Amino acid sequence: MTQVTPTGPQAPDAADAVAAATGKTDIAQAVPAKKTNLREYGIVGALIAIVILFQLLTGGKLLMPDNVASLFQQNAYVMILAIGMVMVIIAGHIDLSVGSIVAFIGGVLAIAMMNWHLPWIVAVLVGVALGLVIGAWQGFWVAYVGVPAFIVTLAGMLIFRGLAILIVGETIAGLPEGFVGISNAGLLGMLGFAGAADVLTLVIGIAGIVAFVFSQLRTRATMRSHNLKVEPGSMFLTKLVGVSLLLAVFTWILSQSAIGTPYVLILVAVLIFAYGFLMGRTVFGRHVYAIGGNVHAAVLSGVNVKTMNFRIFINMGLLASLAAVVTTSRAGAALAAAGNNYELDAIAACFIGGTAVTGGVGKVSGVIVGALIMGVLNMGLSIIGTNPALQNVIKGLVLLIAVAFDLINKRRAAGA
Amino acid sequence: MSATGEQQIILEMRDITKTFPGVKALSGVTLKVRKGEVHAICGENGAGKSTLMKVLSGVHPHGTYDGDIFFEGHPCQYKSIRDSEHDGIVIIHQELALSPYLSIAENIFLGNEQATRGVINWYKTNAEASKLLTRVGLSELPDTKIVNIGVGKQQLVEIAKALSKDVKLLILDEPTAALNDEDSAHLLNLIRSLRAEGITCIIISHKLNEIAAIADSTTIIRDGMTIETLDMHGAEKVTEERIIRGMVGRSLDNRFPDHTPTVGDEVFRLVDWTVYHPQDPTRVVVDKANLTVRRGEIVGIAGLMGAGRTELAMSVFGRTWGTKISGQVFVKGQQVDTSNVTNAIKAGLAYASEDRKRFGLNLIDDIKHNNTSAALGKISRRGVVDQAEEYRIAEEYRRKLNTKTPTVDAVVGKLSGGNQQKVVLSKWMFTDPDVLILDEPTRGIDVGAKYEIYTHINALADAGKGVLVISSELPELIGLCDRIYALSQGRITGEVPRAEATQEHLMHFMTKEKEVAGR
Repeated sequence: MTQVTPTGPQAPDAADAVAAATGKTDIAQAVPAKKTNLREYGIVGALIAIVILFQLLTGGKLLMPDNVASLFQQNAYVMILAIGMVMVIIAGHIDLSVGSIVAFIGGVLAIAMMNWHLPWIVAVLVGVALGLVIGAWQGFWVAYVGVPAFIVTLAGMLIFRGLAILIVGETIAGLPEGFVGISNAGLLGMLGFAGAADVLTLVIGIAGIVAFVFSQLRTRATMRSHNLKVEPGSMFLTKLVGVSLLLAVFTWILSQSAIGTPYVLILVAVLIFAYGFLMGRTVFGRHVYAIGGNVHAAVLSGVNVKTMNFRIFINMGLLASLAAVVTTSRAGAALAAAGNNYELDAIAACFIGGTAVTGGVGKVSGVIVGALIMGVLNMGLSIIGTNPALQNVIKGLVLLIAVAFDLINKRRAAGA
Repeated sequence: MSATGEQQIILEMRDITKTFPGVKALSGVTLKVRKGEVHAICGENGAGKSTLMKVLSGVHPHGTYDGDIFFEGHPCQYKSIRDSEHDGIVIIHQELALSPYLSIAENIFLGNEQATRGVINWYKTNAEASKLLTRVGLSELPDTKIVNIGVGKQQLVEIAKALSKDVKLLILDEPTAALNDEDSAHLLNLIRSLRAEGITCIIISHKLNEIAAIADSTTIIRDGMTIETLDMHGAEKVTEERIIRGMVGRSLDNRFPDHTPTVGDEVFRLVDWTVYHPQDPTRVVVDKANLTVRRGEIVGIAGLMGAGRTELAMSVFGRTWGTKISGQVFVKGQQVDTSNVTNAIKAGLAYASEDRKRFGLNLIDDIKHNNTSAALGKISRRGVVDQAEEYRIAEEYRRKLNTKTPTVDAVVGKLSGGNQQKVVLSKWMFTDPDVLILDEPTRGIDVGAKYEIYTHINALADAGKGVLVISSELPELIGLCDRIYALSQGRITGEVPRAEATQEHLMHFMTKEKEVAGR
């Protein structure tokens, strides 16, 4: 009865008589779908606007090749954690412990390399295994005991921070060069140079553009062949050209950097594609959304909610371990205080990226853009020498405004 | 008719037009309500009844609609509910707006606290609340918490709250939709006594028998327009059929499609099914139930509120309700394991919940995803969903069930009740079950859409499935089912073939008490 659209009498033989009325309904129902699209474009637009703003404020320093490379190296942890966090939030939970887990696993990594003298690759595997175990520990309490994730991970935040301080003391430094390279080096010069540009970076960039255009065309063709509505041609073309141009510019800048394509960028790119696929195309992803959208309906549809929750937290543990590798490598040392507030960065990236606070809604691509917005803010504010305390104020306001904007938009779409 | 005179109009809404982006929800609606009468508003879902009431109460503030409202002769320009309540217009919504962990008294005076300089006078609060509770005929202590009383009593608390505001015009939106017969009857009596006190009521209801029983006039709205206002005490007797004719714009002579069943072998059998209450494991909720369904057969389960109908269905379907469950389930003659939902689906069962919004659908997701959500395995390979196939299937079901939506990408929460129910049906039809358990399949949907749902249920039976229908509406069971089981206090007390099914006959079984004394 709260329906505002007159769907009219629905008796079979009266159906024709109300075709006009339902025609109107079409418009009303098509609007929200369009709005969602606009919202997604909107957040990319916001990212571009922030980049341009800081490019101007920093007198062109923001987009200098080495800064672009380090933008990714410094913010890879947010993106990695945000990918796991968005799944946790979509399923209707939260994870406050990831920062502490990063510090704890970072400490174990350093001890494995420095005290146990394990090769760094083996140490990384140990770290990843530990991440899975920690994820299983927290998943057990959430899924099978039924303790709210907020409590479980609040406990985890204390437990793993404490363990980190216990094993690390303050700092374990002097990590092997190979390990430190993960977050500080890149694929430079493997295919030589074209002037100042790294050829491999250019090749990767061009391959990326081709892959993007190809996949977009293919999706469109599939949609067409099933008689499904597609975006208008002009909009589609604008999107293709726009994104390709952005990628091209980005590739060109990056190819001039001192390290070429950073290793972490490759890691992050692989994760984005893998998790984008997982969430968008697989039964697993569908079940995560189903749980967050309506857990009762999910149960009655045969979704094993306990197992799903357990897996979601194991996955979070896995990604936290990768974030630990990236963070420890970047610092070149394990710090007991590492990963401080990382959980908040990841959560903020999720919400800026359009994830619903109530669960059920969110996208990997969205939270990556959200993480980039946070990253550009961090970097831009640092370059212009903003007081770190003030940086926090600004980031807080951006988060608040982004979510408020989202809510107002939704309310308008609801048409009240 | 009340003695205050027929001419005195308490409320007049003139040429109300309300447009939402892209949709005209109301176009030139006119409504005249006489002082001291019970005025019913009828119309299908989406006809514009609720929108009209929102315009009246200020939810849609003055300026967002065209037209004029006169209350007690004065033009009204309400900006919010507060304004309309100030004039004595109180609306009670279908979804009750009580705070569950506050007491009855606290709820009654919420926003209108009995306080002196900000300090609440609890003696006064409880004393005043007691008086109001007596007036509405509710024998509960004022400090009882809302969670501890049933929905029927909550409805009475809402009315007490309205009375506390010196209501002159009380608007009830589907007041009996969630109530059992006894509570409904009490509520209708209360409305009668309020009328005797001179309070005017507007009642929005789908239950036409109630309207016929209580209303003095009935205004019918269709497609956002006033169709007619019927005087219920006029020369011509206003029957349910007469009202339906106005609502759907044609006479719905037969509310149930004709159906000749072709009954085959037994497809479902329940043996000695016993279920205990999960919070109180000493309480038997379903007591040694035995029942069978054959292929092509539509079997009904009738029972009063609390008889254990939904509990029976949900305990069978993956043990999603109850504890200490015992008994056997047979599908196509084979005993099957239904200990979790996945197994129940695998065994060929499907259960469409009575509460589609809470238990049936992911309201924030689109039609196609909801359509496939109980059988994703059928359209995925190695865990990867074939999205093109998913679209194709959703389209197929949209056409088959005539779901009114521009696209299967539409969000389910935006559909009308009838169309949501079609999505629920699509979802369970896609699992290709042998037995469908449909719990209140037409609750809260309008007459026309009901007819369509019945047609689909018949088609499912004709396709060789066994269908078990649970419903609180006896005419629905009698019109639809080939055989009806009556459930009372968890026991199956009767089995009635269609030919012998009358409401009186069924009610006799449904009210059969347990022989054992004391409970």
